Amino acid sequence: MDFIFSEEQQLLRDSIQRYIGKEYGFEARKAIMVSKQGFSDKVWAQFADMGLLGVAFAEAHGGFGGTPVDTMLVMTELGRGIVVEPYFSTVVLGGSLIDLAGSEAQKQAVLPEVVQGKLLLAAALGEPNSRYELNCVETTAKRDGGGYVLNGHKAVVLHGESANKLIVSARTAGSARDAKGISLFLVDGNTSGVQVQGYRTIDGMRAAEIKLANVKVGADGVLGEVDQALPLLERAADFAVSALCAEAVGAMEALNAATFDYLKTRQQFGRPIGSFQALQHRAVDMMIHCEQSRSLALLASVKVQSEDPNERKRTVSAAKIQIGRSGRVISQEAIQMHGGMGVSNELAAGHYAKRLAMINATLGDVDYHCDRFAGAA
Amino acid sequence: MDLNYTKEEQAFREEVRTFIRDNLPKDIADKVLHHKRLVKDDWVRWQKILYKKGWVAPNWPKEYGGCAWTPIQQHIFEDECGYAGAPRVMPFGLVMVAPVIQHFGSKWQKEYYLPRILSSEDWWAQGYTEPGSGSDLASLKTRAQFVKSGEGDHYIVDGQKTWTTLGQHADMIFCLVRTDTTVKKQEGISFLLINMRSPGITVRPIITLDEEHEVNEVFFDNVKVPAENLVGEAGKGWTYAKFLLGHERTGIARVGESKRELEQLKAVAAKQLRNGKSLIEDPRFRDRIIQVEVDLMALEITLLRVLSSRTKPGPEASILKIKGTDVQQALTELTMEAMGPYALPFRPEARDAGWHGEPVGPDYAGSAAAVYFNYRKTSIYGGSNEIQRNIISQMVLGL
Repeated sequence: MDFIFSEEQQLLRDSIQRYIGKEYGFEARKAIMVSKQGFSDKVWAQFADMGLLGVAFAEAHGGFGGTPVDTMLVMTELGRGIVVEPYFSTVVLGGSLIDLAGSEAQKQAVLPEVVQGKLLLAAALGEPNSRYELNCVETTAKRDGGGYVLNGHKAVVLHGESANKLIVSARTAGSARDAKGISLFLVDGNTSGVQVQGYRTIDGMRAAEIKLANVKVGADGVLGEVDQALPLLERAADFAVSALCAEAVGAMEALNAATFDYLKTRQQFGRPIGSFQALQHRAVDMMIHCEQSRSLALLASVKVQSEDPNERKRTVSAAKIQIGRSGRVISQEAIQMHGGMGVSNELAAGHYAKRLAMINATLGDVDYHCDRFAGAA
Repeated sequence: MDLNYTKEEQAFREEVRTFIRDNLPKDIADKVLHHKRLVKDDWVRWQKILYKKGWVAPNWPKEYGGCAWTPIQQHIFEDECGYAGAPRVMPFGLVMVAPVIQHFGSKWQKEYYLPRILSSEDWWAQGYTEPGSGSDLASLKTRAQFVKSGEGDHYIVDGQKTWTTLGQHADMIFCLVRTDTTVKKQEGISFLLINMRSPGITVRPIITLDEEHEVNEVFFDNVKVPAENLVGEAGKGWTYAKFLLGHERTGIARVGESKRELEQLKAVAAKQLRNGKSLIEDPRFRDRIIQVEVDLMALEITLLRVLSSRTKPGPEASILKIKGTDVQQALTELTMEAMGPYALPFRPEARDAGWHGEPVGPDYAGSAAAVYFNYRKTSIYGGSNEIQRNIISQMVLGL
């Protein structure tokens, strides 16, 4: 039992912290957020230079052969900086889908470019009626000669507008909620028939509604086995959820630190408001929420590799439940304790709260994961 | 980063599990698992079994007959004991007073008391809290007046202790007493070991909400205590008391026992019906169980993080007290609720192991409400959860 990060991991963490501290302050982030693209090419190139984009991938694919714990570490730091660049959609979710489902040729074609920062991915899994259910797929893929024709509507695709390649789940057999009959397709973002309606998300990122109208995909665009994508989708989603939990822990830590700092400096009635016990005890509860979340995020980042799918699902869902609840408590308390400043968009506190709320609404909220946790018992 | 137990630790867990399976008397485990009333002999019998095996003092150094186990080994042992339904090893002698005697006691105190604690010859009680001194412990008023005498120097103790857990069984009590009223309140406190059979000591039961006799008031009226029973130096009692608290905090998470209670709750909820379906399938009730289960999973990792850290558990260990008791209380609450209307019947006599009457309702329903009310104590004792929050607020958050 050892909860200490290795020296390499500590160096990695320090380098991200240093970078964010220097280059990614609140004002710099704000400028990036309101730009047309919604993230910075320069920052992305620097992430590539720092090796962050290759952490999760095998050396054979240009990466550094890291473990989910390494991804966790990166995500925690990105959470601390409320970084809006498409790390989650390209590297974590998109990258792991390619890694898990792709053929060697597909991996060679995509992953090294991702690692170098030249290629962005987005996973188009959700639909207007699917909520968080990965098996609920109404988008169709019909055989067409050697390839397929895709039709349907993919909803709230994170960074779907900027992605060079989309990973689309579509139904090749069965009816809308069947577990079998789902396949994955690698689709170029600029293929004809792909209509992208991009928009901002409340946490400062971007997403898109993507409509597919007779989009032709060649046989080389099929990712993995036809009809059999669901188990892989679930595995990739679990990895992505464990990474989101780690990101949430970073955000909670930073939000707590900002709040405790405010409690020490804000003066009312001639003394710091942190001297009032009514606030002290609630601050302690915020800290406990963060520590409990960290515990389960750690556990999830280890158990996400478990060979036993039930153990994997159970642990990952437990972590998502914990961070969903804790993220909400910490966010609401932080806003409350910041008083009027807490509801101002000019302070970082509220931005952390927004990101934490959106993490809860990404890849399954508390209720969804309660169902899943019970099912994996 | 490695969240797996080592091979040695896994082997140790197997060894502990096998030992408990072969040596924990069934009648005792049955009482614990079914919330029946334990008698003094149940605790003593189990402790003597552990003593014979050399496992009764996991936290003691080897030189005094302890196991010198690592914190992780201690956790594994507690986890297995709790899960299997072993009665809790009484902490007052083994966990609380013994480390104080080992660190600060005289040669005579070590030689005389430690072996008797180890063999469960003496049952110890804790004499800290007073009627006017609960969370504000340093305000305690029980006086100990030093008397120089040709027949032997001694103290005369007058005052009252309260909430003395299982003091009715005690042979000895360790007390914080005021030996100096002229100095700052923390500096006038001393640590005394008092024989419960001394003339002038009266024990009066306090009956708790479950109508059980678990705690007591202890009155001291002109009680003569030999000066050799003073631990360390006069006026240093507060320091020793704080030292002791550091030893108490990690075990208080009670992860093993809560795992056991969670499993029982699920078993009960599977049998109880709501709308013709088992209660555990009712999403409202199910989600409340899940909330506790997730809390408990997180707590176990939080505990392991504290235990594996290379420094001694600091004030952050107060988290374990707060979350540990949160979980324990939530489990008793849900178990009582799972019983539905059969939570109402109150049959204290049914909690005697020898009782063979006709049970009212399901056999597991009998004590659920009583346990729920009994467990309200957990967020109050051992430094109330508000005090724990004060500790974290001041020592960790710096507020």
